[in-house]
Amino acid sequence: MTAYLTKRLLIALVTLAVASVVVFSMIEIVPGDPARLMLGMNATADAVQALRDQMGLDQPLLVRYVDWVSRLLTFDLGKSYTYNVPVRDLVLERSVVSLPLAMIALALSTLIAIPVGIFSAERRGRLADTISMGAAQIGVAVPNFWFALLLIYVFAVWLHMVPAGGFPGWSAGVWPALKSLILPAIALALPQAAILSRVTRSAMLEVLGEDYIRTARAKGMPRNVVLWHHALRNALIPVLTILGLQFAFLLAGAIIIENVFYLPGLGRLIFQAITQRDLIVVESVVMLLVAVVVLVNLLVDISYAIVDPRLRTRR
Amino acid sequence: MTIIADEPVPEPQPGFLALALRNRSFVVGALLTLFIAGMALLSFFWTPYDVTKLVVADRMLPPSSAHWFGTDQFGRDVLSMIMVGARASIAVALVAVVIGMGVGVPLGCWAAARGGIVDEVLMRFNDVVFAFPALVMAILITAIFGPSAINAIIAIGIFNIPVFARVARAGALAIWPREFILAARAAGKGKARITAEHILPNIANLLLVQGTIQFALGVLAEAGLSYVGLGVQPPMPSWGRMLFDAQTRMMVAPTLALFPGLAIVITVLGLNLLGDGISDVIDPKLRRQR
Repeated sequence: MTAYLTKRLLIALVTLAVASVVVFSMIEIVPGDPARLMLGMNATADAVQALRDQMGLDQPLLVRYVDWVSRLLTFDLGKSYTYNVPVRDLVLERSVVSLPLAMIALALSTLIAIPVGIFSAERRGRLADTISMGAAQIGVAVPNFWFALLLIYVFAVWLHMVPAGGFPGWSAGVWPALKSLILPAIALALPQAAILSRVTRSAMLEVLGEDYIRTARAKGMPRNVVLWHHALRNALIPVLTILGLQFAFLLAGAIIIENVFYLPGLGRLIFQAITQRDLIVVESVVMLLVAVVVLVNLLVDISYAIVDPRLRTRR
Repeated sequence: MTIIADEPVPEPQPGFLALALRNRSFVVGALLTLFIAGMALLSFFWTPYDVTKLVVADRMLPPSSAHWFGTDQFGRDVLSMIMVGARASIAVALVAVVIGMGVGVPLGCWAAARGGIVDEVLMRFNDVVFAFPALVMAILITAIFGPSAINAIIAIGIFNIPVFARVARAGALAIWPREFILAARAAGKGKARITAEHILPNIANLLLVQGTIQFALGVLAEAGLSYVGLGVQPPMPSWGRMLFDAQTRMMVAPTLALFPGLAIVITVLGLNLLGDGISDVIDPKLRRQR
């Protein structure tokens, strides 16, 4: 167990280190002077020089890299050029939209996909299986932002049940805030649920063919106990892998959905920073997202060891 | 006089196409894919209306016999725009797959053939690329280097590389221990030659299936990039851009948002079914499970 976790942890740290070099060099490969790029062509030479000083662009590359990384480690993400506030404050302010959105979407997707996957696997080849897997096949093909437009048309424009976009803030009350997150969460969740249900079904089919399932059935265990306890636990590894990837995707991948609904989340923050060429925000937030992905993958690796005892003894 | 055979005569093995034509996923997927590809090809020679001509008098007409899918805010025929838009989707996604295969497959095969430190370094680098939010990076690349179809292709293609590297490596690793590879080595063939002559033909099917999946994902990614204004640039029609333009006009012309989305769904569905069909046919174990 310790050896397995040590190896996973080392890989995560190496990934982070390499990723930080890649993110840092992005600023180096932008065409021309980064400060000039951020300020635009009409800026005075003084203004450009002032920004170069603030970003430390006149210092040697290595010094700047070490400086940037050591500031990141203390969660000092720099100061946004366009908003003129610390990036950390921006991130915290936007996370209260993006985190609940990602969690609601993930919960929805899991609650739909796992029962559907198990249900189809149990009825393999029958009509119910064909219909639900056909629906999943279509769900995978639907672009989430188009699905979002359809949802807006039906539930906001036509039925007036929820707002078509925007976010009132949590200070406006929990219900109004949640209401504006419902459509985006559904739009994000459905294509994810389609993928997850297919993965769950094929993992379950693999497990249901095993001898221990036949044994469990032969000794008279109730059907549901065999399905939900014996089979699902063994089918969990691929399901967990996809879940981990999906959570990471939902945090950053909501970028287009947040644009559709004008939600002030992390995705929209980074999108606006990119279009306004606020490279300080871009650099810090991209690095933060990468760190979250690496952390989630590490947690998934650890959870493998929890659901599969064989991994604990392997090297 | 009758000849009694010692052994039962083996049934002739049906070829790939014969098997494939009996597979429902393959047939439906191939038909949908051919339909979209045919539409894109046809658009080079003929469209119902000229997509570059703006007819202000015909703005935002509902679907009719003259304009099957209606017209947009400039009076352009939506059906014609969808036909021309298919070109952009197919071109961007296809070239991105070619980039991903062209770089990823040699890397994956190299990692599998060399093993050891080369393998470890390449695979760790793969992990790094996988850790990056692909869509965010694609948006970043297209924003910094300027929005265009070429930059969209590069942005999507880069993230195809590790996918193909991983599939090629896994496939190659499964082939290397086989006897016929041992025979080839005994015959004095080098690793590069064995990879080209024996490994590649044996993993071609896997790569083809992954190719259809990445093609479908590329179509979705291109639509997303065009939707936020960073893909194919107007006046060239693209499905993502059409959806963006439709969003603000949903109150008056809801069908504008319907047809480009359906075009994307049909393309992606067709490619995914095609991929499923191919992998069903080439991998009987999977076929049994379905």
